[in-house]
Amino acid sequence: MYTFSSKLKTFSFALMIIGALCVGYGFLSTPSTLEESIEMTSHDSHDTHAADTHVVDAHATDAHAADAHGADDAHAMHVFHQLQNRPWSALYVALFFFLLIALTTLAFYAIQHATQAGWSVVLFRVMEAIAAYLPIGGILLFVFLMLSGMHMNHLFVWMDPEVVKGDILLENKVGYLNVPFFLLRAAIYIAGWSFFQWHSRKLTRAQDKVDTGAYRKLLKRSAGFLVFFLITESMMSWDWIMSLDPHWFSTLFGWYIFSSGIVSAVTMIALVTMYLKSQGYLDIVNDSHLHDLAKYMFGFSVFWTYLWFSQFMLIWYANIPEEVTYFITRFEDYRLPFLGMVGLNFFFPVLVLINSDFKRVNWFVMVTGIIILIGHYLDIYVMIMPATVGEQWFIGIPEIGSVLLIAGIFIYVVFNALSKAPLIVKNNPYIKESEGFRY
Amino acid sequence: MSKKVIQAMYNDDDILMDAVKEVRAANHHIEEVYTPFPVHGLDKAMGLAPTRLAIAAFIYGCIGLAFSTWMMNYMMIEDWPQDIGGKPNMSYIQNMPAFVPIMFELTVFFAAHLMVITFYMRSRLWPFKDAENPDPRTTDDMFVMEIVLDENEDEMSAFLTKTGAIELKVTEKL
Repeated sequence: MYTFSSKLKTFSFALMIIGALCVGYGFLSTPSTLEESIEMTSHDSHDTHAADTHVVDAHATDAHAADAHGADDAHAMHVFHQLQNRPWSALYVALFFFLLIALTTLAFYAIQHATQAGWSVVLFRVMEAIAAYLPIGGILLFVFLMLSGMHMNHLFVWMDPEVVKGDILLENKVGYLNVPFFLLRAAIYIAGWSFFQWHSRKLTRAQDKVDTGAYRKLLKRSAGFLVFFLITESMMSWDWIMSLDPHWFSTLFGWYIFSSGIVSAVTMIALVTMYLKSQGYLDIVNDSHLHDLAKYMFGFSVFWTYLWFSQFMLIWYANIPEEVTYFITRFEDYRLPFLGMVGLNFFFPVLVLINSDFKRVNWFVMVTGIIILIGHYLDIYVMIMPATVGEQWFIGIPEIGSVLLIAGIFIYVVFNALSKAPLIVKNNPYIKESEGFRY
Repeated sequence: MSKKVIQAMYNDDDILMDAVKEVRAANHHIEEVYTPFPVHGLDKAMGLAPTRLAIAAFIYGCIGLAFSTWMMNYMMIEDWPQDIGGKPNMSYIQNMPAFVPIMFELTVFFAAHLMVITFYMRSRLWPFKDAENPDPRTTDDMFVMEIVLDENEDEMSAFLTKTGAIELKVTEKL
């Protein structure tokens, strides 16, 4: 049995408190009026908007330039909304990132059951614990989406009837993109995932006491869940990420999100396992298990790059205005995080993890894993921010604070779940194979 | 110089693996093991030096990547620039996304083919070569372990039978 050490508990609470303070600061420091917004942007000498606002001043005295003045006002209003969106978006990126990790961990876990994999049985409790964040993260995200639906923030522009009005593309999508249906779908996804998380955990816990044949039930139910997962995960990616740019669409978007999630999920499983091993638990997990996880980290990193590039290349080649605008904003305003994450998510793991021996060195995989997680955080960041805050992005106190806050909750939930059950499942027919797994 | 070897036959890969470990523990030198299919972990059990094929494959992949980069630059930028979809045909870097699939494929192609050729050369395999396996059954369902015989033959036979060998044969090996 694992006991949740008070040190780690204090650490997770510290993260939550520091994170909450930073998020609070983020919300308080956003401009509440248009004038403040103009003030903020014009003080920033590095910002190109400084020039814009001077233009506003110049035009203000010129009665003949009423049209241009109107355009500048609209622009200032736009910047104002983007600045207001920033702490919300920062929180949303962190919420989505950790929920995605928990969700894809659950999917990875379901794959282990559905394929009756032998090697991974000793890691089941770690996967279950990470997936235990799913209901809590799901509720947090749902509350966030409800607040968006109540127009507390302007992340989803299609939620604003004024924006939809007169926009033929958005008017055509109203049947799907409307607030009640959006929230209903979110509720169905989260409830469905949480149900399987709860159910699979219950079955393996019952199996610990007496052999109930749960692995046979889980084989079928995991297969069923995977079907549900693939459909809902795809739709979730349209709803929660792609609809931020409601004009734009990409047909492989669900896969793309999934690939980002599964790298992060496997990495998270490896990190939690290695942490437990360093604390003297999970002796049974050997280098070969770690090697397999690292191979998945390597392989899924390549898979992510494949999808990232496939999405980019087709849009770049076809050069259709409404599609290509997505990448133009990323290349113009987000060049460093957008291209930097390819380095972190592809070149770095490929070059570092290509060697078979390195995949067995704990600290090495640990460092690589942390960098991969940072890279995939940036990936989600670059998916969300251009649509919500545009050029007003920065990775500062609201962004880091949001990650700390959610990471604190995540660590607390995951290790709390770990301490609730024995670290190795019992009565699974493959447990011997997993314990003796050597390669 | 010919040496005397004893060939022990096994009919199961798990028994063979255990036998290999026992023979090595008893300080006998295993000359070679012939199996009908690759047995996982056998190289480690036999104490063979780790393969360097992976390093060779990485180098071949790099050669493929470099070659395809040069090739696409020569074909599409230098020698015969074409206007495809309005993409700038005077710059390699601005056209690079279109070349990535080719660069990727040639990397894989070079790594795979050169690795196979290297493997054949290292294993001294070429077309029409006579098989080296001592018994045709090693291509079917038998595993043969070949051990240098440097001491008492009877003692060795008894030892090998105890490890699960079902058939023993002593021969001269060139």
